[in-house]
Amino acid sequence: MAEPMGFFTDTTVCIGCKACEVACKEWNQLPAANGGVRPLSGDSYDNTRRLDGIHWRHVKFIEQFSADRRQGRWLMMSDVCKHCVRAGCLEVCPTGAIIRTEFDTVVIQSDACNGCRDCIGACPFGVIDINPVSGTAQKCTLCYDRMKGGLEPACAKACPTESINFGTIADLRKMAKARLGELQHAGEGRAYLYGADEGMLGGLNSFYLLVDKPEVYGLPPDPQLPSRNLKSSALWSVLGAAVVALTSLISFRNRGRGDV
Amino acid sequence: MSSTFFTASPHWRWLIVAYFFLGGLAGGSYFLATLLDLFGKGRDRRLVHLGYLIAFPLVCVCGLVLTVDLGRPERFWHMLVQSETLRPILKMYSPMSTGAWALLLFGGCAFLSFVAVLAERGWLGWPLLRQLSPPAFMGRLVAVIGALLGFYVAGYTGVLLAVTNRPIWADTTLLGLTFLISAASTAAALLILLAPWGGASDDSIDALERFDASVLALEAVAIAALIASLGRVATVWLSGWGLLLAVMMLGGIALPLYVRLRRRVPRRAIGPVLVLLGGLIFRAVIIFSSDQLT
Repeated sequence: MAEPMGFFTDTTVCIGCKACEVACKEWNQLPAANGGVRPLSGDSYDNTRRLDGIHWRHVKFIEQFSADRRQGRWLMMSDVCKHCVRAGCLEVCPTGAIIRTEFDTVVIQSDACNGCRDCIGACPFGVIDINPVSGTAQKCTLCYDRMKGGLEPACAKACPTESINFGTIADLRKMAKARLGELQHAGEGRAYLYGADEGMLGGLNSFYLLVDKPEVYGLPPDPQLPSRNLKSSALWSVLGAAVVALTSLISFRNRGRGDV
Repeated sequence: MSSTFFTASPHWRWLIVAYFFLGGLAGGSYFLATLLDLFGKGRDRRLVHLGYLIAFPLVCVCGLVLTVDLGRPERFWHMLVQSETLRPILKMYSPMSTGAWALLLFGGCAFLSFVAVLAERGWLGWPLLRQLSPPAFMGRLVAVIGALLGFYVAGYTGVLLAVTNRPIWADTTLLGLTFLISAASTAAALLILLAPWGGASDDSIDALERFDASVLALEAVAIAALIASLGRVATVWLSGWGLLLAVMMLGGIALPLYVRLRRRVPRRAIGPVLVLLGGLIFRAVIIFSSDQLT
């Protein structure tokens, strides 16, 4: 296996230009939504709104303003599949369409996927959705095809501020730690890394530097694997089956009348 | 806030609600037929036949509904066989994977029991097929395996919802249990409703009604436990969905129980119809109240 590869996204230098979104759509030949006529969101300058089957990169605009709008700040974050080391989507996929690649990334094989959509609900980050053109579930592949050719993913290539960094996980973690130290030294005490170590789903191969709580960025504070519920749900169900069978025994046996 | 609120909906809607309901009925009527066969009396034969007769058509509809719901229906077989290598695929930790196999094998058992009943009734002139129905050894084997798979089909759907990261579904581990009990109550209601047509004896129907009443009481307890297990997430149901759930518990559980306990008048269809409607509404509430939270 090649070395694990991924993204480190430093949200503090993102300027919200959405070049990554455009580069991603361009390279992966993702169709326009709604025939190219995109309704405005109406409450944000961001009109993409969410990741889905035809938006594999999404630059979130978090607009934090006081009621009188005298004070405020913009948080920008280029969201993407986290390529979890322990991936919920890969766990539940019944067809085997979702695989882990030699780059330690998670890829949905569109020719095997049958559109059951189990992975959409299983993803802790709400990354996956159906691409209406293929009828299958789709998401970021970390540009598997470009990596095979020795190129970096399209989004990282297009990013003008180096907010999106591509490389080996080991290098990216070093880079992230250095950047965190730099920010803290400069007085930005709120900065921290999200998903940079094994604590979160075995490590996110696409991790972030954030300056506010995860919820503010629309990220789950405590993402979990879907299988955490499997054993206890199954045991409760077995108990239910036993109780139903016992009830039938009592109802069908004791009738107090003829015994034929 | 639960981390489940940061996820996306899989767009499982009416077709999946229909499958959960019909799958419960198919699995439930089969395991009830087998339980009645094992624990009941000889005069329950007609009711046992009825259970086997409705299970097979229902499971066929289930397969059809699930296939239509796929983004790529022509690839339904990818659930069982890997498309490239043509090797079977089974992931024990994925309820959808095990469920697909359970549904297939259950369909097989339901088919065997279906044709066995046809043979026993003389509608199919091939006496050998009678070996497939109890008390013949082969018949017992098919019935017991089929009943176990029937329980599986009735309950795994709730486990499947729990093994996601969606709000409500993944915030409790009691959905499988609740769906299973609801499958028993709705299947019993369907059998009671069709029993006169199937020629079942009054005594058999009485036994089934007693069973349904006990299971309805269990179902009320299970749903209460489900709501309690959701903790703060249950506040999602302080909405139209909660109202619908309350209507379901009153109209689909409490009222049929009341009708049953007060019964001096001849048997009425109203109770079983309410139970069936309640089972459908319950599944719709579970599916749609989560679907609405993007």
